[in-house]
Order: sequence, then C-alpha cells, then structure tokens
Amino acid sequence: MPLPALAFYILATVTVVSGLAVVSARNPVHSVLFLILAFFSAAGLFVLLGAEFLAMLLVVVYVGAVAVLFLFVVMMLDVDFASLRQGFAQYLPLALVIGIVLLGEMIFVSVAVADRGAAAGKVPVAAAADMTNAEAIGRVLYTDYVYFFQAAGIVLLIAMVGAIVLTLRHKPNVRRQKVAVQVGRRRKDAVAVVSVPTGEGISE
Amino acid sequence: MDLPSALSLALPELILAIGAMAVLVFGAFRGERASGAVAVLAGAALVAAAFAAALGPLGVAFNGAFVMDRMAAYSKVAIYVASAFGIVLGHGWLGRVSNQKFEYSVLILLATIGMSMMVSSGDMISLYVGVELQSLALYVMAAFQRDDAKASEAGLKYFVLGALSSGLMLYGISLIYGFTGAMRFDAVAAAVSGEAGTGVIFGLVFLICGLAFKVSAAPFHMWTPDVYEGGPTPAVAFIAAGPKLAAMVLFARTLSQGFFGVHDQWAQVVMIIAAISFVVGAFGGLMQRDIKRLLAYSSIANMGYALLAVAAGTQAGIQALLVFLVLYMIDITGFFACLMALSRDGRPVTTIAELSGLRRVNPGVALALTVLSLSVLGMPPFSGFWGKYYVFKAAIGAGLWPIAVAGLVASVVAAFYYLRIIKVMWFDAAPAPTDGAPAETRLVAFASAAFCFPLVLVALALLDPAARNAASALGLG
Repeated sequence: MPLPALAFYILATVTVVSGLAVVSARNPVHSVLFLILAFFSAAGLFVLLGAEFLAMLLVVVYVGAVAVLFLFVVMMLDVDFASLRQGFAQYLPLALVIGIVLLGEMIFVSVAVADRGAAAGKVPVAAAADMTNAEAIGRVLYTDYVYFFQAAGIVLLIAMVGAIVLTLRHKPNVRRQKVAVQVGRRRKDAVAVVSVPTGEGISE
Repeated sequence: MDLPSALSLALPELILAIGAMAVLVFGAFRGERASGAVAVLAGAALVAAAFAAALGPLGVAFNGAFVMDRMAAYSKVAIYVASAFGIVLGHGWLGRVSNQKFEYSVLILLATIGMSMMVSSGDMISLYVGVELQSLALYVMAAFQRDDAKASEAGLKYFVLGALSSGLMLYGISLIYGFTGAMRFDAVAAAVSGEAGTGVIFGLVFLICGLAFKVSAAPFHMWTPDVYEGGPTPAVAFIAAGPKLAAMVLFARTLSQGFFGVHDQWAQVVMIIAAISFVVGAFGGLMQRDIKRLLAYSSIANMGYALLAVAAGTQAGIQALLVFLVLYMIDITGFFACLMALSRDGRPVTTIAELSGLRRVNPGVALALTVLSLSVLGMPPFSGFWGKYYVFKAAIGAGLWPIAVAGLVASVVAAFYYLRIIKVMWFDAAPAPTDGAPAETRLVAFASAAFCFPLVLVALALLDPAARNAASALGLG
C-alpha cells in the first residue's frame, strides 16, 4: 500500500473513532480532548489533499482557540452532565428512528447530487501551480467575495453589540478603577515631608 | 467592474455601515447621555442614504452579488424612511418607559444595512447574509427590555424560530447549488430555464419556506403573535414595517429573477401560503383581546395579500406588491404610534377593552385610530383599499381569481375586528382619562392618518408610476 493511502486510512479512522468518542465519553473534559484529536487528524487529511494552509488554520484556530475555549466552558461552568443524560434510554428509540430517517435522507440527497447534480461526472479543478494555498484563498476571500466578507464582519459586529446590550449592566456602588485619576496623581498631593524635632513626635 | 465604481453603487450601504460604526464609537465614549445625539446622527445617516439611493447610479457590482436597479432604489428609499421613523418612535419611547440606551439607534442602522442587502441581492450568498444581518439585529431589539419576562420570551422565541428558518433556507440553497451549480440568480435562471429536476424544486420549496418564516406568512407564522405581544412596542413597530418590505422584495426578486423558468411550480406553493395566510390572519384575529396580537394576525393576513401579488408573476403583480407594501407600512407605523400614544397612569394601553370611550378622553388619537383601522380593513377612499385594489387587480389579471375571491372573503371577515375597535372607541363608556400623548407619537399617528386619507390620493399619482418603473426592473411581461 502506498504511503499516502496508508496515511489517509490511519487519519480517517482516528478522526471517526475520536468523533464517536466525543459524544460517548462520560467525562466532558475527555470529550473536548477527543475533539482536539479529531481536529488534528482532520488537519492531517487536509495536508494529504494539498491544502496546507487550511490544515494550519484548523490547528491554530480550532485547536488553539475554539477547543481551549470549550475546555474553559466545560471546566468553569457548573453543568450537571449527569442530569443532562437523564432520559437518554427513554428517548433513545425515537431518536434512533429520527436519526436513521435523517441519515437515509442525507444519503439519498447526496447520491442524487453526485449522480445528477451540476458537478456530476466532472473532475475537480486542480489548484493553479503558480499560486500558494494562502494566496488562492486570499484572492477568493478578499477580491471575489469582498462584499460578503465585509457583510459577515457587520454580522459579527451586531452579535457583539447585541451581547453587550443584553448582558452588560452597570451596577451602582461598585468601585471602579479610574486610570486617569491614578495617572494624574502628583507627588505633592500625596506625600508631605515633615521635619520632626527629636523627642517630640508629631501631633495629628 | 473595478472597486471604485462598485463602491459608488453601494454608496447607501457604505453611508449606513460607516455611520453605524461612527455613532457606535461616539455613543460608547459619551455614554447614555449621548443617546439623543446618536439618534439624530443615525437619522441623518438614514436620510443621506435615502438620497444616495434615490439619486445614485444603477448597475450590478461585486460579481453580480449586488444589484442596484430601480426596484432596489425604490425599496431602499422606502426602507430608509421607515427606519428613520423607527428611530423617532423608539428614542422617545425608550426615554419614557425603560432606561435610555443609545444602542437602539445603532441596531436600527445595522438592521437597515441588512434590509438594503436583501433588496439588492443578486446571489444566494448575499440573500442569506442580508437576511441574517437584518434578523440578528431584530432579535436583539425584540429582547431589548431584558428585565421584562415577556420581552425576553419574545426575543428567545424569535431567535430560535429564526435560526430554524435560516437552517431551512440554507438547506434549500445548498440543494439548489448542488443541482444547478450556480449561486447567482441569473446563472440559476439559466440552469432551470429548460426543465428543472426534482432536486432544484425540492431546494426551492425549502428556500420559500425559509423566506415565508421571515415575512411571517402562515403556516410559518407561529412566532409572530408572541413577538408582537412581548417585544417593546417601538421595536415591534419597526419589525412590522421595513423588514416586511425587504423580505417581500427579496421573495419577489429571488422567484422572478432566479426561478422564472419554473413559475408554474413555485406559483402553486406561494398561492397556497398566501391563501393559508389570509385565512389564518382573518380567523385568528377574531379571538384576540390584545391589540398587538391583533396587529400580528393582521400582518399575517396582509403578507398573504402581498404573496398573492408575487404569485401573479407579472409586472403588474410586482407593481402591486410595491404599492401595497408602502401603503401598508405607513398604516401599520401609524397604528403602532397610536398605541404608543395611549397610556393610563403611566401603564401602556394594551387590550382592546382599554380603548373604550377613547372618543371622549382622547378624541385626536381616537380619530387617527379610526382612520387607520378603516384603512387597514380596506374601506374605499382610504389607502388600504388602494393597496388591495392593486393586488386583486394584478391577481385577477394573472388568472388567479379563485385565490383572489378567497382573499376578498378573508378581508371581509377581518373587517369585523377593526370595526370592533371602532365600536369600542366611539360607543362604549370611558372608565378613566388617559395620559397626555407624547408629541412624537402624536405627530407620527396624525401624519400617517392624514396620509391614509386624503393625502393618499395625491401620493398615488406619484407612487403608481414610481412602482411601475421599479417593477419593470425585473423584466417580467
């Protein structure tokens, strides 16, 4: 077996198995760790496809930021995972039926798209040889789709403004740090040099 | 097309986006006492954008994703004016009822950017991003009074169901992309012109369902009464006006530009949604005691009429849609302004029973409310009649007379609840005097009542050619 095929099967197996472990692990911290493993193996799959830039993004953004954020959430919020699992067995039959129906529909639609869709029977377009990954993505993102890119930025701005509007609350009677006052404080306002005669002490 | 000329086409959006960010920073530094200045600046940005949209160049930019044609220009001017009124009503109301927050005006500006993206989208991605941009801001506005349980419920319901509808829409778009290989409406139209496979139709139905959610057409209307009842009144007044126009124009553009080749297929779906909408709107409204819930059912019924105009699939239909929606927006804004004008002992009037005897205690608002009610029910000389007249004429012209007859019957049924409001106001005894109406609500209420009659007769002379000109942009027969 050639090396890339071997690497593909190893990485794909690890991805699927760790994906299953994410949902089946009892300890939520283990779930997040399996998620990180899944991200790493998926990054490996991207490398095999020749998409090194995406592989690096996956590691940097998802492993470095998103998964760590998940870990924080899991560890800092006191979520009672045992109670979340309650009724699991009770709902399992219905969930299985719905899951199987959904899976069937997805397979049906995917087969239909692959069979009769616009791209049916066509070979994927190879990347231009004179352009790096990052350059190709940048050209699409910042030149062809600059309009959507900017609009998506405004969507994120709304999300931020909304989160602040709905949750920020200025409580009274909270002592806040006043940087301007701290910086503007001068020596003569705070320190006084007093010459004290020996043996008399200082009144007041 | 190079970037500078593309940017000149998108000048209204640029004014709004840069204006929104500038006033956001200004407000963040100055705090809540700057909310008056923020509202004024936001209103100025909207007026400037309206002028830019009315006088700016026409064309297509960003690889076909942004279409600035006459229909987009017409809708943008209407939307910006409606948003400016939303700021006027919202600013005064927030100052009186809850604590003033400058973010309200900023959110209106941001929602307005989404709406203008929607009316000038020429691509599935700009359709989706525009819808999401507008909806996200509206979710926050619906939950703006977060200490109020009903407002939080309204915001959460709106958010969850809105997210569901976005999911439906995205699934539909992905199917359409999979089967046609295109995102731009003109490319999709070319792909479906011959014969469209089941897959495309399947995706189209999902897309229609998602859009029907956004315009609150039945059977996707279940969020509307709760959001209208629970949300802050000025936010609901805003949600009921501009976003409906934007979503309906988007509906019309998507279906008639992207899928005109399969008109027979989608016209059936849209007609069924229209028929269910006006039946649900008419019969659902009969049971309501809360005025805002009543207006929610009224808006469901009115979206049915608007969809009927879309289903016609003709230029007359699109013209009817544009006239109908502008007249409806003025009606509904006036209605909500009347509602905001009324309070007893500092508590807003919310039920129909509380309106009793309004003729004695507040004759001005009673008269305005009467004119607006007669207009929404479609009494002849008032503006609502003219809107429905255009819609039914277009529907019958396209041979949809069975649905048009059903719509007429539904509007007779719906007349009952508007007449009940009038009866309660004019013939029942008044329990207690109402508080004085705030100046800006009175101004908006009287202005829109005056527009409903007699100004509408003058305005139609301008609106009719403008809407026909705008509708011709889609190039339908």
